[in-house]
Amino acid sequence: MEKFDCVIIGAGPAGVAAALTLVRKGLTVAVFERGEYPGSKNLFGGVLYSTVLNKLIPEFWKEASVERHITKRRYSILSKNSEMAVEFGFEDFNHPPFNNSFTVLRAKFDRWFAQKAEDAGAVIFTETVVDDFIYDKGKVSGIKARREGGDVYADVVVCAEGANSLLTEKAGLKKKPLPHQMITAVKEIISIPKDVIEDRFNLSDNEGMALEFFGGAVKGMIGSGFIYTNKDSLSVGVGCPISAMKENNMKPNDLLESFKSHPVVKKLLRGGKTEELSAKMIPELGYKTLPKLIADGLLIVGDAGGFVNPSLYREGTNMAMYSGVAAAETILEARQSGDFSEKGLQGYIKKLEESFVMEDLERYGDVPEKLSEMPQLFKEYPDAILKMVQGYFTISDLPKDELHRQAWNGFKDNISMWKLLLDMYKARKAVL
Amino acid sequence: MKIVVCVKEVPDTAIALKVKSDSPEIETENIPWVINPYDEYAIEEALRLREKFDGDITVITFGAERAESVLKSCIALGSDRSIRINDKSVKDRDSLVTSKILARVIQNIGYDIILCGKESVDYGYAQTGQMIAELLQIPCISAIKKLEIPALTIEATCHREIEGGLEVVKCSLPSVFTAQKGLNVPRYASLSGIMKAKKTKIETLEPDALDLNTFDFKPKIKITNLSYPPKRQEGKIIHGTLPDTAKELLRSLKEARYI
Amino acid sequence: MSEKEIWVIAEYGDEGIKKSTWEVVTAAKELAGHLKVKPVGVILGNGIERFAEELSRELESVYFIEHPLLSKYDSNAYVSSLYSLIKDKKPDIIIVSATFRGKDYIPMLSAKLDCGLISDCVGFDAKDTILFKRAVYGGRLIATFKFEESELWIVTVRPRCFEYKRTETIKGEILQVKPVLGQQDIMTAIQEIIKETTNRPDLSEADIIVSGGRGMKGAENFKLLEEMADVLGGAVSASRAVVDSGWLPHTYQIGQTGRVVSPMLYIACGISGAPQHLAGMSTSKCIVAINKDPNAPIFKIADYGIVDDLFKVVPVLIKELKS
Ligand SMILES: Cc1cc2nc3c(=O)[nH]c(=O)nc-3n(C[C@H](O)[C@H](O)[C@H](O)COP(=O)(O)OP(=O)(O)OC[C@H]3O[C@@H](n4cnc5c(N)ncnc54)[C@H](O)[C@@H]3O)c2cc1C
Ligand SMILES: Cc1cc2nc3c(=O)[nH]c(=O)nc-3n(C[C@H](O)[C@H](O)[C@H](O)COP(=O)(O)OP(=O)(O)OC[C@H]3O[C@@H](n4cnc5c(N)ncnc54)[C@H](O)[C@@H]3O)c2cc1C
Ligand SMILES: Nc1ncnc2c1ncn2[C@@H]1O[C@H](COP(=O)(O)O)[C@@H](O)[C@H]1O
Repeated sequence: MEKFDCVIIGAGPAGVAAALTLVRKGLTVAVFERGEYPGSKNLFGGVLYSTVLNKLIPEFWKEASVERHITKRRYSILSKNSEMAVEFGFEDFNHPPFNNSFTVLRAKFDRWFAQKAEDAGAVIFTETVVDDFIYDKGKVSGIKARREGGDVYADVVVCAEGANSLLTEKAGLKKKPLPHQMITAVKEIISIPKDVIEDRFNLSDNEGMALEFFGGAVKGMIGSGFIYTNKDSLSVGVGCPISAMKENNMKPNDLLESFKSHPVVKKLLRGGKTEELSAKMIPELGYKTLPKLIADGLLIVGDAGGFVNPSLYREGTNMAMYSGVAAAETILEARQSGDFSEKGLQGYIKKLEESFVMEDLERYGDVPEKLSEMPQLFKEYPDAILKMVQGYFTISDLPKDELHRQAWNGFKDNISMWKLLLDMYKARKAVL
Repeated sequence: MKIVVCVKEVPDTAIALKVKSDSPEIETENIPWVINPYDEYAIEEALRLREKFDGDITVITFGAERAESVLKSCIALGSDRSIRINDKSVKDRDSLVTSKILARVIQNIGYDIILCGKESVDYGYAQTGQMIAELLQIPCISAIKKLEIPALTIEATCHREIEGGLEVVKCSLPSVFTAQKGLNVPRYASLSGIMKAKKTKIETLEPDALDLNTFDFKPKIKITNLSYPPKRQEGKIIHGTLPDTAKELLRSLKEARYI
Repeated sequence: MSEKEIWVIAEYGDEGIKKSTWEVVTAAKELAGHLKVKPVGVILGNGIERFAEELSRELESVYFIEHPLLSKYDSNAYVSSLYSLIKDKKPDIIIVSATFRGKDYIPMLSAKLDCGLISDCVGFDAKDTILFKRAVYGGRLIATFKFEESELWIVTVRPRCFEYKRTETIKGEILQVKPVLGQQDIMTAIQEIIKETTNRPDLSEADIIVSGGRGMKGAENFKLLEEMADVLGGAVSASRAVVDSGWLPHTYQIGQTGRVVSPMLYIACGISGAPQHLAGMSTSKCIVAINKDPNAPIFKIADYGIVDDLFKVVPVLIKELKS
């Protein structure tokens, strides 16, 4: 087997971004992907933030498999059968670069992205699992792939294996995440004709919408439900920390079912046909718990490195791509001196620290922890507020003043005003 | 020994298929394609025969450019030569058209053994191997689960699946065999094989160059409609505990005269 | 001008004409009605007068192609003998059961005659022309086919898709045909037939099939299913997971890359119901699923389901059936 300049484990956004950057500079790169094709195991769709991608492949939306660009966002808090929502729509996002947010189906998008790297010269081995690293005097000098002749050598290895980061753990760079640091997400693709989607969400051609639901959407747990509009399907899912699911004795599938059957959500999904269901775990490690990101001959990128913005805006793919590019640039620099030791790869950490990646992670790093200290935020408050508002809007024979008084008293009886104000303050500080 | 293997690409069976609204075809945009699973047994058997007798393996497919990835996976496994016959100009076709084209190409290549899959899992015709044999006037043993060719002979003994058992059948070479599951366990490609495949260019042929009669390109059967099968009524879950559930089940089955 | 004919080519075993052939006879009669043609039986072999006679109980005429070289099945000999008779009698349609044998020689016949073949049909629609239905893409879609500019139509039908309606009212005439065959026409030689050593019916003929999946946990537990199958007079089959684990041989596998069955009753025990499995059994008349996971997809197509441990349910079923 020949030797490559660089071997990359995983053909997700992080690995491919690294590969593309390296082959463009003339390096020989092999990418190993366990799935049948890149993206085949990444069934879920979502919103792709594309500031990094747009630099790698300018105006990628002209050729990539993107579904819609997001012009509208809606945030709602659900109680058992009511909704409180804010919706934003921005006409400006209808022009390039479309606010760098697109809905994508990963099975299509990852495949396209990997093809770009392959076209540029990367060698992608699909259906090939990497089992371990090869060490030479303590330095990573290659990988062991589960195939005949599977020992492949390289100057440097980039591990882009994603959230389920067995190899990173094996290399001793990372501990198993704790349950509250792991989010389980289940998602379905529900097909609905294009014109029906556009009518229902009031979108014109190619415009898209991202809807996030809190509170009763996920049984009052920390976490959220979402609906993203694709071309002729919706990505519908829920995500909650594993610890919260355990406490509430919920199974991921049941949670999704209950979300889908909430009266507000049900209306948005009517007539749809479930095409595929997938479940996945995402680590939301936060800044304080990031793994060690470099070792002699090895860099960790993407989800494997824990770069998921734990705020309510998930920005995994963008951060994954950024870290992939940063790793690649570090490797290019290290080649100058021929030093691929941990010391020689320090530039990677520096690049991350100077970028939005670390800044965001630092800024929002402890959100999950803070929020988990305030379960009432997602449970009692939405219910009480919605009940009160419903009281205000209810039309009946009673005089208006009387109704309002009743509603307010009902709210006061349930919720301590003092605590509410304190919690709102804390939550605002944590999230915004 | 000259071995020819016919392979076909088919949509991955694991995904949901959509029917086009304006023609009896499936939407092929963005669906994953794989090698027909039975053809994997055919190629594996070819590799084993070559290990035993030497010779070379030519893999052919009649299909779209996309199908080259299937040929590449055969190169990765170790086939020597691969040919794609471009199907662009022969859009409507049935197994007989396909077989005439494949048979002509095989004739030009030369052959001692021709291996096909038992059937392709897209349209499931289960015809092509047998038709090729007839067109080449050689024997065919279909749906084989075992193939034995003793050294220094030109005689093959096969096990062929039949209802309620197996038939042990002999024939002399050259001959066509169609592979049934159980024939062997296909190997995985080695990394160096995959590297080699990535670098190999596939030969392509145009059907026009085959010197066939235009009449041979006319299909004799045609699809008029493609639709989803009627949905089975979701049945009822018998709630309760044992032995009540079991009794209730048997009562229902008896009532409906299934038992 | 002689009357146009639809031919049924019969298959027989030691016990006589096969059930699958009788189904085709029924289908042929139905087609004959639509097309205004005469149903005719064809049987090939040597020393099998009794089977020719058996066939003639349902059909007005039977061509009995007899030759010593036909005493054992050989695809080429079958094709050659049929070829000359077809050239002579010019039937309109030939219809055969899509058994392993039918699937073996019929494509060769169609290639030799250069005529259209629609294989493995599950039904037909009589419109202006006859439309034939087939399951495609592993049963996920149904395609309708028609013949185009083909002098002769050849059709094979999937076993158990037509119900044999016994009439046995006639005593048809048997027309002896002596084909010209020589040793050079024999291309293959059947050495022996290895029968499976069970008293259970073959999967393609069984009315009841008891099937086990990965939930059976191991080869040894299939005794349980065998026992249930025996009480019910049915056959045993399995999912690919079972076959791949080596608990049962490949012949037991039901599904897209296994056997396709459509019994009256299919009892799935510890089978999740993957699409590739459903491809092989979803046309069963009645499906029963026993699975401990209430979300198993098999319940979406089952007529009756029990959500419970099969190792508890099956013994109770056996006990109840026996009493
Ligand atoms: C339900 C859900 C919704 C999400 N929504 C969004 C969203 O809306 N927007 C957003 O930006 N992000 C979202 N994310 C996060 C985003 O998906 C990830 O951050 C991103 O995919 C990380 O990219 P990656 O390349 O690091 O890893 P991955 O995309 O996970 O890729 C890793 C690849 O490595 C392969 N691999 C792993 N181990 C091996 C091995 N040993 N050998 C060979 N190959 C291996 C895997 O098969 C995989 O293809 C969401 C995540 C989930 C679970
Ligand atoms: C190209 C291709 C072709 C294929 N062809 C076929 C084919 O022809 N036939 C086929 O079957 N598959 C085929 N498959 C495989 C198919 O996708 C599934 O993997 C397979 O059918 C699963 O078998 P299973 O249901 O037995 O196992 P599983 O999916 O593992 O299901 C086992 C079930 O048993 C249940 N269970 C476990 N213990 C118990 C208990 N004690 N009591 C009750 N229930 C229990 C579980 O809840 C589970 O639902 C094919 C796949 C591919 C890719
Ligand atoms: N277009 C094709 N190109 C090459 N081989 C084919 C093609 N179609 C069918 N075959 C071969 O014939 C076998 C049976 O296919 P079918 O008759 O279509 O069910 C397949 O398993 C292949 O080996």
